[in-house]
Amino acid sequence: MSDELYQARIVTLAKSKTGAGKLSAPTRSARRDNPLCGDRVMIDVKLEGGRIAEIAHQVRGCLLCQASAAALAATAVGRDAAGVAELRHDAERAIGRESGKAHEPFDAFEPVANHKSRHECVLLPFEALEDALS
Amino acid sequence: MTFDVAAVRREFPILSEIIDDRPIHYLDNGASAQTPLAVLDAVRRYETTSRANVLRGVHRLAERATELYEGARADVARFLGVQPMEIVFTGGCTAAINLVAHSYGQLLKRGDRVLISELEHHSNIVPWQMLRLRSGIELDALPVTPDGRIDLAALPKLITPETRLISLVHVSNVTGALLDVRKVVEAARTVGAKVMLDGAQRAPHGPLDLPSLGVDFYVLAGHKCYGPNGIGALWARSELLEAMPPFMGGGSMIARVTLAETTFAPPPRRFEAGTPPIGPAIGLGAACRWMAGLDWSAAHDHQMGLVQRVLDGLQDIEGARILGPASLQNRYPVVSFVLDGVHPHDVAQTLDSFGVAVRAGHHCAQPLMDRFDLDGTTRASMAPYNDTGDIDALLTGVRHAANTLR
Repeated sequence: MSDELYQARIVTLAKSKTGAGKLSAPTRSARRDNPLCGDRVMIDVKLEGGRIAEIAHQVRGCLLCQASAAALAATAVGRDAAGVAELRHDAERAIGRESGKAHEPFDAFEPVANHKSRHECVLLPFEALEDALS
Repeated sequence: MTFDVAAVRREFPILSEIIDDRPIHYLDNGASAQTPLAVLDAVRRYETTSRANVLRGVHRLAERATELYEGARADVARFLGVQPMEIVFTGGCTAAINLVAHSYGQLLKRGDRVLISELEHHSNIVPWQMLRLRSGIELDALPVTPDGRIDLAALPKLITPETRLISLVHVSNVTGALLDVRKVVEAARTVGAKVMLDGAQRAPHGPLDLPSLGVDFYVLAGHKCYGPNGIGALWARSELLEAMPPFMGGGSMIARVTLAETTFAPPPRRFEAGTPPIGPAIGLGAACRWMAGLDWSAAHDHQMGLVQRVLDGLQDIEGARILGPASLQNRYPVVSFVLDGVHPHDVAQTLDSFGVAVRAGHHCAQPLMDRFDLDGTTRASMAPYNDTGDIDALLTGVRHAANTLR
């Protein structure tokens, strides 16, 4: 049921628009499209010593994608690629692709676990950020 | 004339299915329609009484299978008002267009032009782009009007003496707009160009008379016509099929094979290499017979009434906008809309919780989405078995999405 899916925490995350926008002088940028649904995420990062000092994203996608990008922007600063991978594990745990309990803020995505067709919506911002860091 | 929608619904067992304590409101017919008992029975009858490979077998099951398979070809031909030997069974619409792009495409040379439009499904864009890479043809595209129709006013500018083929969507899978075929054919004849129609969304709405349309190629998909998936049909004028080289090589499409060379069978066999999808073809034949038995004038009026109900209902929802014709003239029952501030996938997911099945996204029409600067739309596409209850559930769900997701 989508009422279960679109719980208040996910809607609040999406509406927070944390990190939405562009960086004026990004160190790296990347764009990822989901060819199945047309969702698109563009990520800018400013790196200092291999770690994310600033991050911004532009999402043309659904509420889940927007919420995931906001959660990622809220947690990625100060992390390097390995640190971002830890966040992704957390998101994958939330949607049931990995075992274990997800931590905040990604535990908000637990209702997505039963909607396999929407998993990629949550993961697309991670894939864009991983491209930017690679 | 009153259309007995309840009687039609009784022929489709899946419409009685309950999921999560809710009935199904199936409005995704543009992607795949549901299948009536007549089709299910025909396929089951073949599988349980006549299953065998077609053509060369001499045993009785093979003869039965061949008779049913060729009977299905005749059913499809009758539905389109053409000759059975002009019908080629394919895997679907996409396969049929690719067949033409490869086979008829071999008759085109560098500098020849193919004209499509911004309204096309990817299946009527990509095969021509691939042909352009192989053969050096040029590709032109008609623009789309603000109400989601192909802008035929641009025809004189885009048709040239080098235009060999105009390949357009008969009814749009996004906007529901019906093409003015006569205008296209008239324009094509001035330069001797052939006309192909993508009939994926038109064929499920009743029999056609292709000779009177004046087109040269027509394609349809079985699963959108209440038939099985994995089957479709290409119709082409016999002289075109005769002139076209084979697309795929293998068994059944040959006249004689030696290690040195092969001569090919006449059409349609020339284009049906290997064992065909026999059961699905028999199902498509049954679907054509089922469609031929429906009163399409009444069915069309019934479905246009549903379209009007959607258009009226969306008008009362703030931020809901139609992508497509605002009237019922020259359109079919496909309605795309956007809801400002809510992504189409979120609208569709919300509708699912109300038991309403729709499609959301770019509908394999990304150039059209670019034209309107949209990420996608939510699309309700109807069939004769849909009723006002389906539309009311749709509108309730859209209102819920509008109230909770923005």
